[in-house]
Amino acid sequence: MSEILIRGAKVLGGAVQDVLISGETVTAVGAALEAPGATVVEAAGHILLPGLVDLHTHLREPGREDSETVLTGTRAAAAGGYTAVHAMANTFPVADTAGVVEQVWRLGKESGYCDVQPVGAVTVGLEGKQLAELGAMADSAAQVRVFSDDGKCVDDAVIMRRALEYVKAFDGVVAQHAQEPRLTEGAQMNEGTVSGELGLTGWPAVAEESVIARDVLLAAHVGSRVHICHLSTAGSVEIVRWAKSKGWDVTAEVTPHHLLLTDELVRSYNPVYKVNPPLRTEADVVALREALADGTIDCVATDHAPHPHEDKDCEWAAAAMGMVGLETALSVVQHTMVDTGLLDWAGVADRMSARPAAIGRLAGHGRPVAPGEPANLVLLDPAYRGVVNPAGFASRSRNTPYEGRELPGRVVATFLRGRATVMDGKLT
Amino acid sequence: MKRHLISAADLTRDDALLILDTAEEMARVADRPIKKLPTLRGRTVVNLFFEDSTRTRISFEAAAKRLSADVINFSAKGSSVSKGESLKDTALTLEAMGADAVVIRHHSSGAPHRLATSDWINASVVNAGDGTHEHPTQALLDAFTMRRRLSGVGRGLEGRRVTVVGDILHSRVARSNVLLLTTLGARVTLVAPPTLLPIGVETWPCEVSYDLDAVLAKSDAVMMLRVQRERMNAAYFPTEREYARRYGLDGLRMAALPEHAIVMHPGPMNRGMEITAEVADSPRCTAVEQVANGVSTRMAVLYLLLGGSEPAIGTDRSDSARTEESK
Repeated sequence: MSEILIRGAKVLGGAVQDVLISGETVTAVGAALEAPGATVVEAAGHILLPGLVDLHTHLREPGREDSETVLTGTRAAAAGGYTAVHAMANTFPVADTAGVVEQVWRLGKESGYCDVQPVGAVTVGLEGKQLAELGAMADSAAQVRVFSDDGKCVDDAVIMRRALEYVKAFDGVVAQHAQEPRLTEGAQMNEGTVSGELGLTGWPAVAEESVIARDVLLAAHVGSRVHICHLSTAGSVEIVRWAKSKGWDVTAEVTPHHLLLTDELVRSYNPVYKVNPPLRTEADVVALREALADGTIDCVATDHAPHPHEDKDCEWAAAAMGMVGLETALSVVQHTMVDTGLLDWAGVADRMSARPAAIGRLAGHGRPVAPGEPANLVLLDPAYRGVVNPAGFASRSRNTPYEGRELPGRVVATFLRGRATVMDGKLT
Repeated sequence: MKRHLISAADLTRDDALLILDTAEEMARVADRPIKKLPTLRGRTVVNLFFEDSTRTRISFEAAAKRLSADVINFSAKGSSVSKGESLKDTALTLEAMGADAVVIRHHSSGAPHRLATSDWINASVVNAGDGTHEHPTQALLDAFTMRRRLSGVGRGLEGRRVTVVGDILHSRVARSNVLLLTTLGARVTLVAPPTLLPIGVETWPCEVSYDLDAVLAKSDAVMMLRVQRERMNAAYFPTEREYARRYGLDGLRMAALPEHAIVMHPGPMNRGMEITAEVADSPRCTAVEQVANGVSTRMAVLYLLLGGSEPAIGTDRSDSARTEESK
């Protein structure tokens, strides 16, 4: 059995330890471990965390292989320190049947870079009218537990209620893209001072908050759990905080870009900043960071949304919404949360690995770094400083808002069940 | 002056006065038997219109022709060319044809900004109205008209009170006018039902009122904006009649204006909606004068961007588009 000895890493940013991986499992954690014949990874000054888990990734396959495939997307995930990603359902065809989710699941298996857990659509074709065969997807080989019409909101209150109720049978969760459609017709950016000046149709915070408020009440009413995708406003934070204070089973995610960027960037009219939900204000950014720090927001999810160059190389209104995020997420979280003192590395492990794995009911991920646990790990160098250069991305797409920006931290190695998918900062 | 005219905010007070003073000189050309100057001979001005606008297009066309430029009218209206790739490809095409200035009208806010800051084209870009963002030459011709009527040639608009009434939310004319008139020293008040004011308007450098009657007596100029009847269907106001009653300018309201005050309209007018025929046809209404002033003002803009000021074409070329050509 092959062995890897990670020597001198700060486990979860704490004590310096050696970690021995034998086969697919962590077999020893301690000081000055001896392992003759093991491959040694020198990790002085580096941080060892459980492999990251993304609850919100667009892998685009099937249908939009020009922007990403399961293979390129999972390579990007591994490069970013992820060992599991949830593949969103808005593919072509939509992942609303057992057949499509099994296809995505199988492509993930074949890629070998990262576990791919398909998300099933809540409604047929993401149309919001008729429930998809949620049970069939749950019982399929893919064992779907997270259901989402992401990209579209399940805005019909009855459909949402039924979905919340129905998934209780298999411990599923509905991940809601909270966007009241009538309040956001033609919306191009956050509605506020900047949208008024730029003459771009606004996407008001209330369009997100009103749906979240309704859905936490629905979840409480039917005794189910609801997950809020890419929460983006200070008001949404307040609603989730209130729902949690009631003891309701409500979880929420925030994207890295909403932790860092604001709508002021839209003044450039550069569509690389066009995303849904839109970049909000500085006050929202501050509230989101605080909420992630205090646990009101459970996790960071990338909403990795690859788009081909031509869909961003155009005027604002014609451009696609979304940004790639897998390969920069950890750096942005270090920059916004760790380097600011809001969260320690154990907190990062919780928000980027343990909690998303728990929400997705993903066994084998988000586990402690301890003997007997699966060796899904990421090793990072927090002292590294580098300028983001999308030309080096493993993703097929380049639509990053961070190009040219200096960000801290770098993934040195990623281990998926004991096998290095990234070593010395390079994909294997 | 900058190399492009994208926003009224691009203009300093000196820039704006230079354009208005130059426009006065240009206006004199219109009184000659031969209404033409040789200034832009050999230069190519492209009118790139992604949206219908006969008035603005012919105004720019007349302006360029009076300066002896070669004018190409490119109407790119319609769904097949409304996608972003075409803006880029169209720009590359115009670049290859040697356009010196591109006058662009686009339904998408920010499109001229994108054109000017992309590496698609080297020509000077003039914003002829983008989405619900800006229409800076309209603001310039409005300022030109106000100056002639209210403060005199060569001056700014210090202390003048201008009231802009109507669909501020969707109006590029209002945005450009607030910026430019403020730069020139005027005090602007926006009047509209709350539904037709953008969120954040309180941060603009102007006053806001929901009550037209309360501000009329304090106005040196009242600018009535066109209100599209379709807005009613999106519940911005209940009915046309209610809008006209509360925010339309009729003879009675006109009588409440100070004697010297003028009534302006960027056209085309919705008679019976925001303005009654009685007001539109009165000598106080400058709508037709504004059209004439539009040609002079646009002549000044083209002249200053292409020939009359330091950073004219040819001084600031990056070679990206040229490389594109030689591939």
